[in-house]
Amino acid sequence: MSATPNLVEEVLQKNQDHAGGGARATQPVAKLCLQNLSLHYRAEDRSKLLALDKINLQVSAGEFLCIVGPSGCGKSTLLYLIAGLHEPSSGKVLMDGKVVERTGTDRIMIFQEHGLFPWLTVEENVEFGMKMKGIKKAQRREQTYEYLKMVHLQKFQKSYIHQLSGGMRQRVAIARALATEPDVLLMDEPFAALDAQTRDLLHDELERIWASTGRTIVFVTHNVREAVRLGDRVAVFTFRPGRVKREYKIDLPRPRHLEDTAVAGTARDILTDLREEIDKSLEAEYNDETRR
Amino acid sequence: MKRAARQFAFYALLVGIWALIARLHIWPPYIVPPPIDVFNALKDGFEDHSLLIAIGVSSRHMLLGYGISVILGMFLGICLAANQYLEQTVGGLLVSLQSMPSICWLPLAVLWFGLSENAILFVIVMGSTLSVTISMETGRKQMPKIYSMAGRNLGARKWNLFYHVLLPASMPYIITGLKQGWAFAWRSLFAGEMLSLSLGLGQRLNAGRDNNDMPQVIAVMILIVAIGYIVDGWLFRSVERRLQHKWGLLPST
Repeated sequence: MSATPNLVEEVLQKNQDHAGGGARATQPVAKLCLQNLSLHYRAEDRSKLLALDKINLQVSAGEFLCIVGPSGCGKSTLLYLIAGLHEPSSGKVLMDGKVVERTGTDRIMIFQEHGLFPWLTVEENVEFGMKMKGIKKAQRREQTYEYLKMVHLQKFQKSYIHQLSGGMRQRVAIARALATEPDVLLMDEPFAALDAQTRDLLHDELERIWASTGRTIVFVTHNVREAVRLGDRVAVFTFRPGRVKREYKIDLPRPRHLEDTAVAGTARDILTDLREEIDKSLEAEYNDETRR
Repeated sequence: MKRAARQFAFYALLVGIWALIARLHIWPPYIVPPPIDVFNALKDGFEDHSLLIAIGVSSRHMLLGYGISVILGMFLGICLAANQYLEQTVGGLLVSLQSMPSICWLPLAVLWFGLSENAILFVIVMGSTLSVTISMETGRKQMPKIYSMAGRNLGARKWNLFYHVLLPASMPYIITGLKQGWAFAWRSLFAGEMLSLSLGLGQRLNAGRDNNDMPQVIAVMILIVAIGYIVDGWLFRSVERRLQHKWGLLPST
């Protein structure tokens, strides 16, 4: 993974300049602001289900925010709202002070199931967003190569998606997201389906890319340790309806590792908090089962 | 190679059994002609160009009829996909119409168009358009939602979303629809051509019956199977293979 670090750094530097000189976490600018954001939808039995209840969250420019919660707490739904793929029932999402009304390439999702296009090669996947923006082919190719280099996949540019391993697919997804030069990356349990070793590697890569590109990241996971390992801040969500239960500022020095005792210790504290919600979600699940 | 040898042996055996049965004279030769008569009928047909002309005429019917079906079928499919109201009304009608065997359109076609080429084309179009439309519809419904979300997320809208995401994402279903449409068109073609007045393969088949010429009937039948196999087995399957390979739906051996 550590091949040609100098070259990579150079590329990263260039991209940073391109992005307008990476705003870092130190600046207290609210990149994203969620105001009283609620969403309900109709369940199968036509009853109204409140998925998110008056969420208020702020994310500063360059901040790495992790959201943890039991499954079914609406944390993924929150990302869809920020991305503009779903509409909130009430409340709003502000990006740089402007209301988000639809999808935009300043906010790019990375899905758990990667969502790469199987009919395109790795390279064509990465340049997809640039193509939609109308960037010329020669320039697209050049930038695509640089982003692929950033995730160490330049040798696989002509491969099709099914020829790659799960970890490589997520790296392509990251490169594809970065290639549209978004301000905010929205990551929906991107590493949940990967084996532990691959996940560790991707944590390192993501931290490195984040540090050098200055992107704002909202990262959803059910894995508390992952959240502590990556985030500047961890928001714990309640189970149904999803609310922000508590926020934790994580001041541990970087680079961190999943095995660090400090990471494990902080994770344990948060997990105690989360346990209650997990129990509620399990209870709901068991009740569902007995009802059937 | 081994496979080809096996297939060759199989067909040789088949013809051998056929020759043997004909040789036993259980049935008169105008009921069960020996293979050599059928072979000669094929040879004569090609020598006097009557079969070549028939293939040409039938191909023209197919190209025209199937061509119209594909364009119409895809257009209908896109309309249904774009409009929920249309889908609920017209969509249901199409599915019920699809259950009608194409030969049942024949009386209507004759009354509307007379014993003409247009009647044949009408039967082909009615027989195959709907399966193209229905497959496109299925493709749209079964296509994983994540593709359209990822596409929108990356800045694809309207035409771009349709052309660069929705269309390729439903390509496996579209290919299936085109293949099915072709099979239906091919079947409808002969229903139409039996009307005579065309010089196509269907009419040669009917002429064989009228002249009590069993070798010709079998010769034309063999041709129909062979052409059908070549188009279906080679053309469509190779397109399908390429797609499956790209998408990783097949082990890439």
